[in-house]
Amino acid sequence: MENNSLDPRVNRLHLSDAASLVIVNDGENWNVYEVFHQEKRGAHHEHVGCVHAPSPQLALVFAKEQFGRRKKCVNIWVVRSVDILAFEVEDEDMFANNLDKTYRDASGFKVMEKINKYKAQQREEK
Amino acid sequence: MQTNPLQQAITYLLTKMADDALILGHRNSEWTGLGPIMEEDIAFSSMAQDKIGHALGLYSILHETYHAPDPDQYAFLREEKDYLCCHLVELPIGEYDFSLMRHFLFDHADALRYEFMEKSSLEALRPLSKKLKGEIKYHTLHANAWLTQLCSAGDESYARMQSALDYCFPLALGMFERREEMEDRLMDEKIYPGEEQLKEAWLERIYPILVKSSLNLPDPVNTSPINGGRHGYHTQHLQPLLNEMSAVFRLDPTAKW
Repeated sequence: MENNSLDPRVNRLHLSDAASLVIVNDGENWNVYEVFHQEKRGAHHEHVGCVHAPSPQLALVFAKEQFGRRKKCVNIWVVRSVDILAFEVEDEDMFANNLDKTYRDASGFKVMEKINKYKAQQREEK
Repeated sequence: MQTNPLQQAITYLLTKMADDALILGHRNSEWTGLGPIMEEDIAFSSMAQDKIGHALGLYSILHETYHAPDPDQYAFLREEKDYLCCHLVELPIGEYDFSLMRHFLFDHADALRYEFMEKSSLEALRPLSKKLKGEIKYHTLHANAWLTQLCSAGDESYARMQSALDYCFPLALGMFERREEMEDRLMDEKIYPGEEQLKEAWLERIYPILVKSSLNLPDPVNTSPINGGRHGYHTQHLQPLLNEMSAVFRLDPTAKW
């Protein structure tokens, strides 16, 4: 069926015969990139999601609009998802006893008290 | 509306810039929902929105400082011959190669216009150009990234980008159409360096990216620019676009939004 309309919404992709082979050429398969954004200079980059892109440059370009168009953002990182090395889900048991090892928590230090006291003092001096 | 020749020239300059932004913003927004992939759809739509914002910024200066009507009225209620946009921005979106090439050629020129405005002797222009700098930087970054990507993505892709460039180039030269009586006044007052200088700077700016993409720039000296827009002569595509764009506004021009 031919349709000569210029409206792109009415153009249809002509699918080939379902039995024929689908050939995916080099470069046709895009990568997934994980996106990390930074809310202010010096802050950690935080994982916010992913984009689909043919190159790191375009991944960054896309990420800016997907994840950096609202609220505060000063920088973005992208990294190919396949380049991230992680543990298998079944190896989660390695971390199982963490909750018992409270002596490793950094919560016992009294430094926050000192910092708050110092801050209060600074305020008073002003 | 205008009281003296210099104000007339400033109104001319800001109106052509604003009209370019408004019309191209409207055109590019026609890709919303139809972009090649979701991420690009969002990015392109977002930049189209930015362009409407740029137009509003310029129309607002005109309204507040140069006695032009309210920005909405000015944007939507003029007759076709009073618009000063170039033909490049009027054409329908066509296919993505054309839309991207137009975006690339236009936004580099746009970036330079705002850079010049930042150094203008006319103070009213500086805050806006400073404000928009980062946005336009992203627009050109986006255009450059797509251009280099598509030019290295296989023979068909490369050939389409080259033919889009060949097609767009005379239209793009039309962005720099001169209206001497206006331009001379602006140049005398050091408000604006003039289209010829802008064109030279633009060619210098786009050339390295075209080289990186292995695209051949048509010879600027032997290409006849497609002019007319800056004098109020437009393509057949502008009037239908204006009708569509202002249809809702015209239902009740006094309505408060």
